[in-house]
Parts: sequence; C-alpha cells; structure tokens
Amino acid sequence: MSSSRRLLIIGGIALAVWGMTYGLWYAVFAEHQALDNVGASLAGSFAAAADRNPAAMEASLDRYREGKYIYDRQVDVHGHWIGLAMLLIVLGIGFDRVNFSERFKLFLALGLLMGAVVFPLGVLLQTIGHGPLPRAIAIAGSAFVVAALLAAAVGVVAGDPSRTSTG
Amino acid sequence: MSARRLFLLGGIALILVGMVFGDIFAVFTLHQNAAQVGANLAAAAQAALAGNRHVVLANFQNVGAFLENRGTKVDTHVHMIDFGYLALLLAILQPWVGLPENSRKRIAWIFLAGAWLLPVGVYLIHYVGLARSPVRTIGWASIAADFGGLLVLIATLACLFGLWAYFRREPAGLADKLLADRSTEGRMLFAGGIALVLLGFFHGAYYAAADLYKHEARDFSLLAQMSAGAAAGARVVVNNALTDYGQLQGAKAVNIAAHAHSIEFGLLAIMMSFFQPYVSLRASWKRRWAGVLLLGSFLLPVCVLLEMKYGLVAGGVADFAGLLIIFALLAMWIGILRHTGELDASRRPMSESGVPQ
Repeated sequence: MSSSRRLLIIGGIALAVWGMTYGLWYAVFAEHQALDNVGASLAGSFAAAADRNPAAMEASLDRYREGKYIYDRQVDVHGHWIGLAMLLIVLGIGFDRVNFSERFKLFLALGLLMGAVVFPLGVLLQTIGHGPLPRAIAIAGSAFVVAALLAAAVGVVAGDPSRTSTG
Repeated sequence: MSARRLFLLGGIALILVGMVFGDIFAVFTLHQNAAQVGANLAAAAQAALAGNRHVVLANFQNVGAFLENRGTKVDTHVHMIDFGYLALLLAILQPWVGLPENSRKRIAWIFLAGAWLLPVGVYLIHYVGLARSPVRTIGWASIAADFGGLLVLIATLACLFGLWAYFRREPAGLADKLLADRSTEGRMLFAGGIALVLLGFFHGAYYAAADLYKHEARDFSLLAQMSAGAAAGARVVVNNALTDYGQLQGAKAVNIAAHAHSIEFGLLAIMMSFFQPYVSLRASWKRRWAGVLLLGSFLLPVCVLLEMKYGLVAGGVADFAGLLIIFALLAMWIGILRHTGELDASRRPMSESGVPQ
C-alpha cells in the first residue's frame, strides 16, 4: 500500500478516535451543563423583561449569547472532526483511482490531513478567543481540505490508467 | 460470518434504520415540534409583555422539553448513520487489520453493540430523564449512551492498533480484490459521491462565509428585541421579532441540513462503490439502483434548501428523495445478503492465521 493511502487511512482513523474521545468527554462533562446555561439565561432574560428589569435582562442575554456561541462551536467541532476523518478514510481506500504521481498524491494526502485537523481546531479556538486568528485558522484548514479534494477529483476524472498505482 | 461481513451488514442495517427513523421523524415530528417551540416562545414573550414572570418560566420549561425531544431524535438519527458509515469503512479495511479473525469478529460485535446502544440511549434520554439516576446532571439513558460511545471508541482503537501492527509487519501490503473493481455502477457511485461531497463542501463554505455570522448576530438581536419590546410594552415589536425569529430558525436549519446531507450521501455513495462486487444482483439492476441512490442523494439536499421558498412541496419531494435512497440501499443490502460468500471463502485460509495473503 502506498504511503499516501496509508497516511489517509491511519490518519483518518486516528482523527475519528480523537473526535469520538472529544465527543465522549463533551457529552459526559460539558454538554448538559452548557445546555442548562443556555436555557436558563434565555429564560432569565424574558423573566427579567416581565419584571421590567432591563439591567438583569441584558446581563442574561449576554450570558445566552456567549453560551450559545460556545455550545454551537463545540458541537460543530465534534461533528466536523469525525466527518472529515471518515472522508480521509474513504479517500485513502479509493486513492489508487487518483491518477497522479505518488509524490503529488502524498502532498495531497498531507494537505487533506492537515486541513481536517486544523479546520475544526480553528473553530474550537473561537470559543477561547473572538479575535481574527482562530477564524483565519479555520478558513485556512477548510481551504486545504477543499483544494486537496478538488485536486483528487481532478485526478479521478483525468484518467490515465497507465499512471494509476494500485498500491 | 466473517468480521468483514459483520461490519458490512451491521453497518448498512444501521444506516437503513437511521434513515427510516430520520424520515419518520421528519414527516411526523420535526415540523410539529418546531411549531410547539415557536408557540411556547411566543407565549413566553406575550407573558413577559403582560409582566407575568411565572408564565414566562413555565413556557420556557416547555420550550426546553420540546428542544430536548427534538435534539435527542436528531442525535439518534445522526449517530446511527455515522456509526453505519464507520462500520462500512472498517469492513473495507478488515484485510489490513493484522489481528486473528476471531479477535476481529469480537471487535466487530463490540463495535456493533456500542453503535446500537448509543442511539437507543440517546433516544431514551427524553423519556427517562433523571429518574433514579446516581448523578445530578445526567440520567441512566445518557450513561448507557456514553457507554455505547466508549465501546465504539474501544473497537475503533483496536482496529487502528491492528492496522498499525499489519503495516509494521508488511509495509508493502496486499491488493484487495474488492477495491480493484471498476464496474460501471462502481464508477458511477464513486464519481457521483465525490461530486456530492464537493457540492456539500462548497455550500458549507459559502454558508459559513456569507450567512453564518449574520444569522448568529440576527438570532441574538431578535431575542433582544423580543425581551426589550416586552419590557417596554411594545406588542408590535415583540410580534414582528417572533415572526422573524421563526423564519431565521428555518433558514439556519435548511442550510445546515443541506450541507450535512450532501456530504453524508456523497460518502455513502463512495463507500457503496467499493462494495458493488458484493451486491449479487444483475448488472442492469445494479446500475439502476446506483442511479436511484445518486438521484435521491442529489434531490434531497437541493429540496431541503428549497423548503424556505416552496414550503411543503419541496419538503414532500425531499422526503420522497429520502425514500429513494432507502430503497436503493435496501436493494443493495439484499444483494449483499444474497452474495454466496466466494470472496470470503477465498480469503478464509488467510483469516485463520490472521495474516492476509
């Protein structure tokens, strides 16, 4: 089996294990508390509105905004890590249909793996800091994945069977 | 039954049940649930307008219950299908898992036990709640679901270890006959699958760049308008914000669903392309079912996106597309069940020793 296929398959399963471990940790230790916080702060803001207490209302709404922002991203990270891991494994299995040189395929595999790790990591970092850096990391990661996948698709379509490796 | 076939049949069964469950949920629960959430949120806003704190809290309790009901059912659907996908991938990789066949079978059973336990546990969370739970925040159903997740994790780790052991021993590896297949239906599914994944990626990237942050900001601003309007006694502001909030939730939901479904069906098509030699049906029928799977996979996300514009008509076509995918997958599953097992039989001597030839 070629190095590019091995990198995608082993890297993909390792990323799936990582994504599942993260999901398990999140489900046991964080999710219920996060949902309670989001629900309670929204209910609190409306209750404060009923009491005609604008200061408490705004404080509750701010808590809701922050809690919802973090919750959405933490769930997205779990889903994207595992989804991208499955894509890496699938591509690894079918990578012999990509008609490029092994060196270029290894480069594509590296780009895919790096993008699949970095894109959700950038999303996760957004829960720590709201600056432009985490967002830039996420965009760079997703660009790596899309570009490498597009190149792989071109490699499948631009068929040159004589150059296809079956490793 | 070999470990590969256990993973394969178990995986397709998980995907089928997950999809049927998703279709039933979409038709009979999803829209009704969204209406209940909207009605309770509206009632809470009206109660805030009237200055009645107790009714506000009671309505939010209802909103929480309806959201939990919806969330756990979506999670059941998603986890069942994703575990099915993972099982299919592990089935393909079995020849490279350098462990004895008996150990691989045990790993497959552990994986499948966990893959069923987690979604069933998640489904029951809404009904079991915290009854007799030893923990303050999570109930028995959650504990069972988490244990299921742990089993899947352990089985996947064991496969990863097996792969590592195999590649250490045999760096050159073997060429699997299953992956050498280049039949028309296999190529159709592979190319169609990659196109669907790319479509899903582009749509996701466009949504993230153009709408995601706007939608998040609007979500907050509409809730702020509702509560501020209620505090100020401005009924019109509250009612307008409630209407816009419902529209916004719909827009968010259809965009995320279209993105996720396009990529998931693309992955499914690619995976099924590898298994076409196992599908014991006539070549013409294999091509037809591959076409039906691709048609449904393309139609469903597109119609989900169109739901905001064309409402129930687009929703109905999306549900029909879901049925097409289920029928195509069911036909392939039956084809695999009919398969005489010659591929496994030819591999049996290797499996006993755990070293593929």
